[in-house]
Amino acid sequence: MIAAYFIQVSYIAAAGLFILSLRWLSHPTTARRGVRVGELGMLLAIVGTLVHREIVSYQWILVGFVLGSAIGLPLAVFMPMTHVPQRTALSHAFGALAAGLVGTSEYYLHTGQLTAFTMAVLSLEVILGYMTFTGSLMAFGKLQGLVPSRPIVYKGQNVVNLSLLALAVGIAVYLVVNPGRSELFPAVAGLSLLFGVLLIVPIGGADMPTVIALLNSYAGLSAAAMGFALDNNLLIVAGALDGSSGFILSVIMCRAMNRSFTNVLFGGFGQVQVAVGAAEQRSVRGATPEEAAAILEAASSVIVVPGYGMAVAQAQHKVRELYDLLTRRGVDVKFAIHPVAGRMPGHMNVLLAEADIPYDRLVEMEEINPEFPRADVALVIGANDVTNPAARHDKTSPIYGMPILDVDKARTVMVIKRSMSPGFAGIDNELYYMDRTMMLFGDAKVFAGELMKELTGTRVGS
Amino acid sequence: MPSSLEGALFVFLLATFVGFEVIRRVSPLLHTPLMSLTNAISAISLVGSIVIAGAEKSQLSTILGTIAVVCSMANVVGGFVITDRMLKMFKKREPGR
Repeated sequence: MIAAYFIQVSYIAAAGLFILSLRWLSHPTTARRGVRVGELGMLLAIVGTLVHREIVSYQWILVGFVLGSAIGLPLAVFMPMTHVPQRTALSHAFGALAAGLVGTSEYYLHTGQLTAFTMAVLSLEVILGYMTFTGSLMAFGKLQGLVPSRPIVYKGQNVVNLSLLALAVGIAVYLVVNPGRSELFPAVAGLSLLFGVLLIVPIGGADMPTVIALLNSYAGLSAAAMGFALDNNLLIVAGALDGSSGFILSVIMCRAMNRSFTNVLFGGFGQVQVAVGAAEQRSVRGATPEEAAAILEAASSVIVVPGYGMAVAQAQHKVRELYDLLTRRGVDVKFAIHPVAGRMPGHMNVLLAEADIPYDRLVEMEEINPEFPRADVALVIGANDVTNPAARHDKTSPIYGMPILDVDKARTVMVIKRSMSPGFAGIDNELYYMDRTMMLFGDAKVFAGELMKELTGTRVGS
Repeated sequence: MPSSLEGALFVFLLATFVGFEVIRRVSPLLHTPLMSLTNAISAISLVGSIVIAGAEKSQLSTILGTIAVVCSMANVVGGFVITDRMLKMFKKREPGR
C-alpha cells in the first residue's frame, strides 16, 4: 500500500519536473537547469517504478539498464554535431520500438481479457510504435548515406502506402470487435513495420527536418498511447509533451518551406527537375580571394548566411576565425539562420555554437531580413535554395512562396560554392547572376582559410 | 476500465495544451536540444518496460520487455547527455576574447 502511494507521488513529481524542464529550456541561460530538472524527474520515476508490486525479479531490468546505457552513452558522447540528426532519428526509432514491444507483450499477456478500449489504445500504440520504428530507421539510413537520400517515387505509391495503413487499422478494428482472432495480431505489427519503411522512401534529403519532427511527434504519441493502455498518467503526460513538441516543430518546418504536411509526406519533392529556363546560359562573375578580401576589409557590416554545405565542408571553425578577425577590426558580423538550414530543426545553431560563435550573433530569419539592405556584404556559405530570390517573384518556380533570406538586398553578395550545381530543389539560383554578386568558387573551408590569409596579410608561398 | 478513460483523456488534453504553450516559447536557437530533451523525457516509457521485464509473466513478455528496457534506457541516458553537451556550447560573447 505504501509502495503504491510512493509510486504515485514520484510520478506526480516527475510530471511536474518534466514540464518545468521544458519551461526552462526556453532560453540558453536557464536551459541547462532544465536538463538537470528533467534528469531528476526521470530518476524519481525510475526509483518509484522499481518498487512496483508486480516486479518479481530485477535480473532482466538490470541487464536492460546496463546494455541500454552502453548503447546510449557512446552515441551521446562521441557523436559529432554534424551527425546529431542521425542520432535523433535513431533515438526516435529506439523510443518507438520500446512502445511497440511493450504493446505487443501487453497484448499477449492479456489476450482475451482486454476491454475494447484497452485493445483500441494497444493497437494504436503498436501501429504508431512499429511504423515510427522502421520509418526512423529509414530516416537514419538516408541521413547517414546508407540508403540513397534522393526520393524514390513510382506511380500509385500513395495509394499503395495508404492501403497498407488502412489494412493495418482495419485489422486492428476487427480485433477490437472480435478479440478471439489473436492470430491476426502479427499482421497488424508486420503491416505497420512495412508502412514505416514505405512512408520514408519517397522523401528527399531536404525534407528531413520536417520528417524528423513528424517522427518525433509519432514517437511521443505512441508513448502516450502506452500510457492509456497501462493506465499510467505520467506516460500520458510525457508522451503528450513529446507529441506536441514534434508537432509544433514540424509545423514550423513546413511553414519555413511554404509547404503542407500532405505535400511533404506525399509530394516526392526534391526530385531532380529540369527547371524552366535553365538552358539559357547566363554569365556569373567569379572573384579571387584577394578581391573578396579587399571588399571585406572595407565593410562595416557583414551578414554570414551559412547552409548545410558549410557543415559538410567542415568549414565552421574557419568561419569562426574569420568572424573573430572581422569582429576585432570593428566589423559588425551576424549570422542569418533560416529555419530549415541543416538537417533538423535548429541544427545550424548547434553547429555554429560548437564552433564557439556566440549565440547572440545567430539571428533568425524574420529579425535579420530587414538588416540586409543595410549590410555591406552578405557572405553565403553552402546555402542555396533559401537565398533564391525566385521564391519571391517567380510563380513558376517550385520554391515560389517559400520564405527566404533577403540576401540579394545586400550591397555586395559573396557566394562561396564548389561549382554551379543546383541545390536540393534542383533549381537554378538567380542570385548568382546578379551584378553585385561575386562567386567565390572553391571548397568552403579552403576558401575561408584563404580569405583569412589575405586579410591578415601573411600569405605564404607564391 | 471505462472510469479511467475520461481521466486519461483529461490528462492527455491538458498535457497537450501545456506542451503547446511551453514549447512555443522555446527559442528557435534551441530547437535541436529541445528535440533531444523531449526525446529523453518521452523515454519515460522505460517505466512501462521495467514492469513488463520484471514481472516475468511469460517468456515472450520478459524478452520483449527487456529489449524495451534497453531501448528506453539508451534514450534516457543518451538524450540527457547529448542535450547537456549541446547546451554547454551555447555561450554569450565574452568581452575581450
